[in-house]
Amino acid sequence: MIGELFIIFIGVVLVNNFVLVRFLGICPYIGVSKDLKSAVGMGIAVIFVMTIASVATWFIYQYFLAPGPSNIWFVIFGDGINYSSFNFTYLRTIAFILVIAALVQLVEMIIKKTSPSLYRALGIYLPLITTNCAVLGVAVLNIDTFFKGGEAVPWSLLKSLTQGFGAGVGFTLALVLMASIRERLELADIPPALKGAPIAFLVGALMSMAFLGFTGLI
Amino acid sequence: MYLKEFTKGIFQRNPVFVLLLGLCPTLAVSTSVENAMGMGAASTFVLVFSNLLVSLIKNFIPKKIRIPCFIVVIATFVTMVELFLEAYLPDLNESLGLFVPLIVVNCIILGRAEAFASRNPVSLSLADGLGMGVGFTLALMLLGSIREILGSNALFGYELIPGFRPAMIMILPPGAFLTIGLLLGLFALLRARREASGKEDDKLQAEETTSIISG
Repeated sequence: MIGELFIIFIGVVLVNNFVLVRFLGICPYIGVSKDLKSAVGMGIAVIFVMTIASVATWFIYQYFLAPGPSNIWFVIFGDGINYSSFNFTYLRTIAFILVIAALVQLVEMIIKKTSPSLYRALGIYLPLITTNCAVLGVAVLNIDTFFKGGEAVPWSLLKSLTQGFGAGVGFTLALVLMASIRERLELADIPPALKGAPIAFLVGALMSMAFLGFTGLI
Repeated sequence: MYLKEFTKGIFQRNPVFVLLLGLCPTLAVSTSVENAMGMGAASTFVLVFSNLLVSLIKNFIPKKIRIPCFIVVIATFVTMVELFLEAYLPDLNESLGLFVPLIVVNCIILGRAEAFASRNPVSLSLADGLGMGVGFTLALMLLGSIREILGSNALFGYELIPGFRPAMIMILPPGAFLTIGLLLGLFALLRARREASGKEDDKLQAEETTSIISG
C-alpha cells in the first residue's frame, strides 16, 4: 500500500510532472516565475489548494455524481429504483469548477481569519488559483485514474490525496527551478527579441528535456 | 466595425502569440494538425456561444457574482462539447483527453466574457468571439503543423518525404516549449523591425496581458 502511494507520488512529481510533461499550469509557470520569493509563495498556495481540492472532489464524485449504493440521491429518492439510474457523472465539469471556486474563496476567508501572517504570504496568489487549470486538471485526472468505469478502486481517497499533493509538489518544483534560472537570466546577455517570455519557454524546453530522463523510472 | 472586431483576434491581438493566453491547451494538443484543429473548433464553439449568452444576460447579472455566473455559462457549453465528442468523435476525444473538460479554465474564454462580452452588444460580442476563436485555432494549427512536419514527417497524417527519419523530440513535450519559444522570438523580432521602420504604431495593451495570469 505504502509502495503504491510512493509510486503515485514519484510518478506525478517527476515522471509525469504536471507543468513540464502534462502542460498544466503553464500560465503561472511563465507569469509568476520572475522572482524566487513569489514562486515559493505561489507553489505553497497551489499545494494547499490542490490537496484540499482532490479530497473535496473525491467526496463530490463518490457521493453525489457517481452511480452506486452510496449515491446520496439514491439513498433519499431511490425506493424501488436500481441505483444505476442515478448517474450524474456528466455534471462532473460544472460541479468540480464550482466546488474549486468556492473552496478557494473559503480557504481565503479561513486563512484571513485565523492566520494573518499566512494570509499576507499567500493572499494575493489565492484568487489566481481558481482558474489555474492544474487544479481542475488534477481533480479530473483523479477521477479518470481512480474511478475505472464508475467504480472506485480500493483506497481511492488516499490515492487521490497523494496524487493531489504530489501534483502540487511537482508544480512547485518546476516553478521554483524556473524562478531561480530566470533570476540569473536577468543578468545574462540574451538577444533582445528573445527577452521575457520567449527565453522562458526555451528554458522550459531544456527543463522538460531533463525531466524526460525520468521516463521509465516507474 | 464588425470586421475590425473579427480581425483583431486573428492578428494584432492574437490570443496565443500576443496576449499569451490559453497556453496549456496550445502546448499540449499541438502534436498534430488534426488534434490542433479539433481543439480549436471545440474552443471556438464554446467561445462564441459563451460570448453570445454572457452578452445577452449581462444586465441581469449582479456585479459581485458575475465571475461565477460566467464560469457556469462556460462550463455548460463545455459539457455540451464533451458529450458531443464522446458520442460522435471518440478518437479525437481520446487524443485530446484531459484537455476537453479543461476548456472551462481556458483563460481566453473567461477573459473575453469579462473584458468584452459583458460590456458590448450581442452582435459585436459574436464577432469578437468568432475572431478570437479563429485566431486561437490558427495559432494552434501553425504550432501543430510545425511540430507534425518536424516530429513525425507528416501533415494531416500523410507522410511527406518517404524514408526521412523525423526528429521525435518535436512531438514530445520539449518540442512544444521549443517551438513556441522560437515563434514568440520571431514575432518579437518582426514587431521590432516594423516599429523601427515607423510604419505602424499598434499599441499592444500590455495590461490586458498581465491582468489575467492564470489558467
